[in-house]
Amino acid sequence: MQRRTLLKSAAAALIAAGVLAGGAQAQETIKIGASAPKTGPLAGGAAMTHWPNVQMWVNEINARGGLDVGGTKMKVELVEYDDQTSAETAIQNIQRLATVDKVDFIVAPYSTGLNIATAPMIAQHGYPHIATTAATDGVTEFVQRWPNSFWMLGTAKQLAEGAVQTIAKLRDAGEIGSRVALVHVADAFGLELVAAAKPALEAAKLEIVYEASYPLGTQDVAPIIAAAKAANPDAFIGFSYPGDTFALTEQAQIQNLEVGAFYVGVGTAFPPFAGRFGAAAEGILGIGGINIDDPKIKDYTDRHKASAGQGPDYWASAMTYAGLQVLEQAIEKAGTKDRAAVIEAIKTGTFDTVMGTITFDNNVNPKVWTVGQWRDGVFRGVAADGIEGAVDPVKKQGW
Amino acid sequence: MTHIVVTGILLSGTYALIALGLTLQYGVARIMNLANGETLVAGCFVAFWLYTAFAINPIAGLLVIAPAAFAFNWAIYVVALRPLVRRARNRGQLEVDSILATFGLLFLLQGLMLLGFGGEYFSYAFLAERFVIFGSGYGLNRVVAFAAAVVIAAGLYLFLYRTRQGTAVRAVAADPNSASLVAIDVSRTAALAFALGGALTACGGALLSTFYTFNASMGVIFTMKALIIVIMGGVGDVRGAVLAALALGIAETAVASLIDPGLTLAATYGLFILVLLFRPQGIFGRQTA
Repeated sequence: MQRRTLLKSAAAALIAAGVLAGGAQAQETIKIGASAPKTGPLAGGAAMTHWPNVQMWVNEINARGGLDVGGTKMKVELVEYDDQTSAETAIQNIQRLATVDKVDFIVAPYSTGLNIATAPMIAQHGYPHIATTAATDGVTEFVQRWPNSFWMLGTAKQLAEGAVQTIAKLRDAGEIGSRVALVHVADAFGLELVAAAKPALEAAKLEIVYEASYPLGTQDVAPIIAAAKAANPDAFIGFSYPGDTFALTEQAQIQNLEVGAFYVGVGTAFPPFAGRFGAAAEGILGIGGINIDDPKIKDYTDRHKASAGQGPDYWASAMTYAGLQVLEQAIEKAGTKDRAAVIEAIKTGTFDTVMGTITFDNNVNPKVWTVGQWRDGVFRGVAADGIEGAVDPVKKQGW
Repeated sequence: MTHIVVTGILLSGTYALIALGLTLQYGVARIMNLANGETLVAGCFVAFWLYTAFAINPIAGLLVIAPAAFAFNWAIYVVALRPLVRRARNRGQLEVDSILATFGLLFLLQGLMLLGFGGEYFSYAFLAERFVIFGSGYGLNRVVAFAAAVVIAAGLYLFLYRTRQGTAVRAVAADPNSASLVAIDVSRTAALAFALGGALTACGGALLSTFYTFNASMGVIFTMKALIIVIMGGVGDVRGAVLAALALGIAETAVASLIDPGLTLAATYGLFILVLLFRPQGIFGRQTA
């Protein structure tokens, strides 16, 4: 008898526990999936630009009680996967997020390549796809193919033309001559930018005196800088990745490459770049840029520092956060978890983000920064499309 | 022209640092260590940490890194790899087993580094100054790394060819079965070679960190390079590895300067194929059955 009572009370306790747990779960959550590199060649860039923003965004929403979806406050539950910088794994991750985890929305992956690779899978499951770290000329075509996709970081053409215009500006001001050395990393990113840069250089009457490419992952660039130096250029343009960006800059410094404009990047806009080169970074141009005087960006930078223990980069970080804000505001505007309704809300809505007011023009964000320059320890935007606040570039004074 | 030769020789010093450790591990201990690159990157991280947290310069840091890496690799050999050696019936089986085991080790080390340092890029400025040789400027950090490579390679040569213990190591590399017949403790010698190889690789990493930008997932790049150099030089022969590093360094620099920097990888693999075609056992390799 005693034993049965015990069993009964145990069962009762279990049921009670179940009810309690059920009660706690009763608050509806919204499940967000994220897949991006944590390992592999792009892990370094993603750890700088992508993941800290995702974490910060989720924490901030939950700290204020959750997203307001049609009158119900829903906390965000984040499901994150490492795609190992592999397109195949990234596609599998999206598949898993959609079919196994059954997430409500997906944060776009990191980098041009991974965004394009996963776009068909994201489209197939009908999720809005807000790419914030992809810079490619294919956007118009991609929007036709995947009407659920939105592209925020600009095109390769915009970025390359920004670089060329900045150098032409310095030349027109009489600061430098018109001889340009042009190098690039031999992958899709480098090829796309160089293909856009060459006609722009020609149109601006800038002369290419040295041109070379190098394999992905190269950090032994002494011969490249030596050959560029031998061609006696007035400006140096390198479409490079972080590892080679640092290596090119170090070699230019060591071999004393005397140019009035030195442009490298991706990676120039990372705060560690200034940490590594100190005073020598002054005047170096690079891909990206933001308006650091904008109070919204200042506030964002402070929050990022507090959240991640490191500052954001001066390019795609803020855009990544802005993309998440677009998703957040579109869900609240649509007032539902219905993906088609949210996609429609993104297409037609106006969004208040850290990058200012954003509206999509045929699914593409027309307001992008293209070139920044290190000035007194900060990376200031010196060229942009559709945005105010760019300062004039200055000539680089020695190393 | 002198610029090409000097740049090439400096680069070959870097390559020698990447490959010497694997030569010992693969040639003597018979362990095809796929985690070689991770050991190297771990050396980068420890050097970075010592420099930024305690202001210990990477050269002095070698005094900490070398013994620590030696002990760590010794432990790995004794705990994880010796059982594989014991149960392997022939060299082929040991090679397959060790590749699988060190493949696991690769992910373990990479995971630990990701946990400790995150995935970001790291770099710091140490001796990133202009050093003039024959009127042209070179990075002082690369010159120092080259000098260290020369010291390490010379020390290793003296050890292997002028000491009793070194002779035992070479005997094991040539033929483990016969070596045990002349009272050489093969198992202990192999452990020594593996640990020494690990220590060399970690020291190489510490020196490379002064001029490379690195992150936790870069190891495989170094493993690939090391593998090419070791196989080109002849498995287990230090002189061969040094010569192969020199050939690669100069060939890559010459191609980059005279033809096109885009063809450096083509030059590397072109040389590699030539060696495999005409001297499959490697430059200093022994013809084996």
